[in-house]
Amino acid sequence: MNDMTTTTETTTPVLDASGVTMRFGGLTAVRDVDLKVNAGEIVGLIGPNGAGKTTFFNCLTGLYVPTEGKVRYKGTVLPPKPHLVTQAGIARTFQNIRLFANMTVLENVLVGRHTRTKEGLWSALLRGPGFKKAEAASHARAMELLEFIGLQDKADHLARNLPYGDQRKLEIARALASDPGLLLLDEPTAGMNPQETRVTEELIFAIRDMGIAVLVIEHDMRFIFNLCDRVACLVQGEKLVEGTPAVVQGDERVVAAYLGTPFEGDTPEKAGTPDAEPAAADNAGSTTSTEGEGQ
Amino acid sequence: MTTDTTTAATTPATTASRTKALRGLTALGGVATIASTFLSWTYTDEFPGDLTVYGYPGGLQVLTLVAGALVLLYALAALDIRGLRWLAPTGTTKALRLLALGAFATTWFTVVAIAVELGGIVNLEPGGFVAAVTSAIPLIAFLLPDDTHKATRPRELPSWAEILIIVAAFGTGLYVVTYGIDTEYAELFTGYMITAGFAVTALFKAGLMARLSGLTTKYRSIAVAAAFVAAAAFPFTQTTDQFTLIAVNILIFATVALGLNIVVGLAGLLDLGYVAFLGVGAYTAALVSGTTASAFDVHFPFWAAVLTGAAVSLIFGVVIGAPTLRLRGDYLAIVTLGFGEIFRITVGNLDGVSGPQVTNGPNGVPNIPDLVFFGYDFGESHTILGIELGGYANYYLLMLLAMILVVLVFSRAGSSRIGRAWVAIREDETAATAMGINGFRVKLIAFALGATLAGLAGTVQAHVQSTVVPEMYVFAGPVPPNSAFLLAAVILGGMGTISGPLIGATLLYMIPAKLQFLQDYQLLGFGLALILLMRFRPEGLIANRRAQLEFHETGQLDTPEGTLPESGVGTVKAGA
Repeated sequence: MNDMTTTTETTTPVLDASGVTMRFGGLTAVRDVDLKVNAGEIVGLIGPNGAGKTTFFNCLTGLYVPTEGKVRYKGTVLPPKPHLVTQAGIARTFQNIRLFANMTVLENVLVGRHTRTKEGLWSALLRGPGFKKAEAASHARAMELLEFIGLQDKADHLARNLPYGDQRKLEIARALASDPGLLLLDEPTAGMNPQETRVTEELIFAIRDMGIAVLVIEHDMRFIFNLCDRVACLVQGEKLVEGTPAVVQGDERVVAAYLGTPFEGDTPEKAGTPDAEPAAADNAGSTTSTEGEGQ
Repeated sequence: MTTDTTTAATTPATTASRTKALRGLTALGGVATIASTFLSWTYTDEFPGDLTVYGYPGGLQVLTLVAGALVLLYALAALDIRGLRWLAPTGTTKALRLLALGAFATTWFTVVAIAVELGGIVNLEPGGFVAAVTSAIPLIAFLLPDDTHKATRPRELPSWAEILIIVAAFGTGLYVVTYGIDTEYAELFTGYMITAGFAVTALFKAGLMARLSGLTTKYRSIAVAAAFVAAAAFPFTQTTDQFTLIAVNILIFATVALGLNIVVGLAGLLDLGYVAFLGVGAYTAALVSGTTASAFDVHFPFWAAVLTGAAVSLIFGVVIGAPTLRLRGDYLAIVTLGFGEIFRITVGNLDGVSGPQVTNGPNGVPNIPDLVFFGYDFGESHTILGIELGGYANYYLLMLLAMILVVLVFSRAGSSRIGRAWVAIREDETAATAMGINGFRVKLIAFALGATLAGLAGTVQAHVQSTVVPEMYVFAGPVPPNSAFLLAAVILGGMGTISGPLIGATLLYMIPAKLQFLQDYQLLGFGLALILLMRFRPEGLIANRRAQLEFHETGQLDTPEGTLPESGVGTVKAGA
């Protein structure tokens, strides 16, 4: 249960999901999805709304138990309980921010340390030297993480009082506090302006450089294609294509189902100006709604 | 803080002098109110407290005197008298208004009570009329401009002075509470509640309470010791056992409420059957106490009885908690309510007729002997430091130790890894489990810990009452502690704080005990009070920082410095 961040020099993939299927009654939200994430990799997961991306995430993190299929983390099959998955080394953030709103920023990160600390009720009541040491270590680590995301000056603020962008960052810090080997980010830049998005991009690269593999869901294509080593596109619960950003971007099926045809011959590869991006996203949204009715 | 903070910008000089004049008049009103209490208010001594004597305030007149003195004090502080400014860090006007209202309400309550009880205003002496008029003068304060401002930084006092202030504050607190417990008739208690209510609110508005709580945080260990000494001093102020018994019961009630606060306030588990665990502890202690009525022919020494009671409660907590804690929210509340009733009914049926003979059914277990510690009999009077202490004083001190233990458990558990996990579960259970918290396990620990502490209090309760019957452990009833009152004490006082449930329990026990005439309307009034509280102060009387911000969206970023009352004492601060 000690530090698991650095031991990623193995040939086994960090995450190996094979044949993951999730059915809710008659509805199959995720169908037979395979996905591998290797050490030191940033993998993107894209797809229209309702494609099953978040459901797939929930299958990975134990919030849902997949109907079929197996999820392996560094070679071992994950237990079907969220807290055990976190303990094993997978941490996540949520699409709609789920911070502990009425706890302070520091406390939020300290909660993230839960699996990596052991003191129970007795040591809390007796307050021996071991407790003080562990508590001090947790604090130090939490402050380190807050410095990493740049919130060290707001450690005593309530999480609910943070600006939106900071709340997103805090969620990432809270997830990192469990010393994960794999970080799952569910739309980390939703609602952010281009500058904040760029900062987040830098943050994710820095996390990768810490030796943590990252799997990220995002609708911001420029962000995804800049960031990821590989991208998988999920449509109607099935994996349509997987490959390098260039391959996925050029794939006709992805364009038809999700990316949409760019305006005035502007291809997605050249979507360099800030204005082109929202246009593409809008286009994607409309495609999504028509596609979604098919389900 | 005074003359330069006037509202009108046109003629600052005139406005300033007008403000000064008004403040002066308010001060004079305070003096007049004080003076009026030295007059005779009524002809006969039929009205309790004997208000007929000139030159010597008695009964309710004392309360008016105190209210008048406070008005005078704050009016002088408003007039910028040196040294008094310390009393009002955030401005005097609001405090002055509340104090004036308090003096007015207390006096008029007295005058009206005399007229009503003795049959007509002819029973008022001129002094009574004078008091009625003079007590209205301080209401001039409502013409004063509002001078609320950010708390001023006080000049750094030497630490001995600050410590002296803490000691004085706790001494005053002890005196005020003792006065309330010692009130002998309903009129005096009502007057006391009016005066104390307005005065305490005024002190909060003036920012004095925040300043004091700042000091207590600064000298934490001294403040804790002072609080303990003040609480332990209570039985030494008593001459009879009558009020000590009330105090013991308040302590039992408050201790159990504090235990419930772990379950409800920290972990967010709504437990409507909590009193059952008190019952388990009490019954266990009763059955092993050696009473002839017990089905078991054993006599445990007290320490063993306490451990047994707590352990049996713990087992019940785990047994009940394990299946129910898989439920969330309303379902948990319903199931715990059911288990609370199951306990009472089961105990009522273990009478040898409906079931095996264990508890004597509805008759309960009587004749529980007094505790004996190494020959020290708790039932007898003892003389300590030249003061004779009655039997209940022993139990009071024992219960005080139990309460300190619970306070310690609450604050230590609350500000630790497990306490953070509780709060996280309360905030968002899904996110908490995704952060690696085993929700079920953590909730079970909270539930079992709460049960154990209630069982502990129950073991003492059995010996204090010397009888345990099933009807003491109902969901709702006229006599606290019962599940509804326990929960109300926590919510009224302030969830997740230490002093909140203590104050809530004190109020909820004293009001029914003192105002016997309310008996029939007690639950009605109680319901009304809760509704009003939920409307105007949903975070409870004592708010922790979190709840304060949760319920009053001010849009401003919170200031981490403890400008609010109860900063860090009861709140689950990670840094503490």
